[in-house]
Amino acid sequence: MPERRTWAVAFVAPALVLIGVFLVFPALWTLYIGITDYQLTGPTAINPRVVGVTNFVSALDDALFTNSVWLTAVFVLGSAVIGQNVLGFTLAWLLRRVRPWLRRTVEGFVLLAWILPGPVVAYLWFAVLSRDGGTLGTLVGSNTAWLVEYPMASLVVFNIWRGTAFSMLLYTSALAAVPPSHLETARLVGASGWQTVRDVVFPHIRGHVLTNTLLISLWTANDFTPFLLTAGGPNHESEVLPVLIYRRALESGQLGYASAISLLLLIGNLVIALVYLRLLRRRA
Amino acid sequence: MTGFVLRRIGFYVVITVVLAFFAVPMLWLASAPFDARPGLGIRWPDWTLSNVRTTFEHPFALTSLVNSLILCAAATVVTTVLAALAAYSLSRVRIPGRDVLLYLLLLLSSVVTGTAAMVPIFVLMLQLGLINSQLGTALVIGGGMLPAAIFILKDFMDSVPRSYEESARVFGARPRQVLGHVVLPVARPGIATIVVWAFVNAWGNFLLPFLLLRDVGKQPAAVLLRTLNDEGGSANLHVIPVFSLLYSIPVVLLYLMVSKRYGFRFHGGIKS
Repeated sequence: MPERRTWAVAFVAPALVLIGVFLVFPALWTLYIGITDYQLTGPTAINPRVVGVTNFVSALDDALFTNSVWLTAVFVLGSAVIGQNVLGFTLAWLLRRVRPWLRRTVEGFVLLAWILPGPVVAYLWFAVLSRDGGTLGTLVGSNTAWLVEYPMASLVVFNIWRGTAFSMLLYTSALAAVPPSHLETARLVGASGWQTVRDVVFPHIRGHVLTNTLLISLWTANDFTPFLLTAGGPNHESEVLPVLIYRRALESGQLGYASAISLLLLIGNLVIALVYLRLLRRRA
Repeated sequence: MTGFVLRRIGFYVVITVVLAFFAVPMLWLASAPFDARPGLGIRWPDWTLSNVRTTFEHPFALTSLVNSLILCAAATVVTTVLAALAAYSLSRVRIPGRDVLLYLLLLLSSVVTGTAAMVPIFVLMLQLGLINSQLGTALVIGGGMLPAAIFILKDFMDSVPRSYEESARVFGARPRQVLGHVVLPVARPGIATIVVWAFVNAWGNFLLPFLLLRDVGKQPAAVLLRTLNDEGGSANLHVIPVFSLLYSIPVVLLYLMVSKRYGFRFHGGIKS
């Protein structure tokens, strides 16, 4: 039916054009800009030269880049893979059988932390962690500027607070799929809570755990909110990759170099996704 | 028996700690806007509405909220309309490799959006002369949200029975009429999901407007809040709390509406 094909194409085309121009094309262009010495200002802003792999070589040689990779790994592992995953599951598990009002209250606050706009939650935490009468300082009776003295720990805690809702929702719907009879059997044979989770629940939700971990890892690795809290400081101590890219591109104007780092971040993302697909296939 | 009691106590201690962890940072948003001497900590306020007046008199506060509305409305409309058309056609016409392509685009969008592509997006818009264009920025935001929107909507479109459309077609309806009168009404919950999702996402988006809108008169609330914070000084403590609250209200209202109507749950959309 040629007529049918025509309208189908006409319906898909606008979306594909937009995706092509603002998503696929920039991704490919990153490849090209990454091998040039393109700058925001100056002579190479007009006539960038192709410099091959120079940018990648200097990135791997750049102590600030290695520092940033390490901090990003800490951020993803600490706040997403461990923090959000464990807290999200714990909440889903604990809230299964509590009274509805309590469950709604806890879930409501966790979800609110997730849906409030990024700049607002960044400011809320800036206030909590501030030295000048911030809530945390008041609670523990100390005059610490948390964001200056423990920038990475602050970011990890902040991101757990920010993102746990997704894991909680996903694990809540996953737990609903575990057959109640299996849980009942575990209870009858006297299994402890931890044994039940490990031997009965986990095999059922392994796919959910993988999907969840992949998504929250990717989101955390590409999150720009740390910029709003610490802007990478003090002295590069919390400069995760997205912040490093921004500062190199827009503050130092090294567009070529920043693109090369973007590409390395993209490759990192791809590796995470491939590992995930492999694990998922092994299950099937 | 004591073991049981201890476990119950331990359980409620854990719940209380978690609840406090999530709730305490938000309390500031309820107290500081109405406090005559707002600080960064939480305290019982000396009630006043003068901060509200100060905020309304701020030269850019209200403008930026209007800008946010324009930006989000444009991005949401573009995303919803284009995603609905594409999802419908992808759901009805067999194209080889369709699912793989869709999955790749989804992966690409979750990876590329914002950070990894910020340099080429900035350069692209600079060369197109679209820096400081709100519509241009809305298109970039929309482009980033489209793959996920198509992905979610296609699930909904797949669940619309084909027999409905076939009967409409038998009576001579054109494809556009089939879409408007048969498919869209049935797929309405899906469309509503996408509208809310796209709006909340665009509303909180900081990086793209921050990169692409350099003129403070065009910047949305997300960027202005950052500017206010950067300026520092105690004067801003009379503006920032009220402004944060105003900026948060739309997403909170949407959240309440969604959770009341549908319950805030995942309904099988996430595949294991």
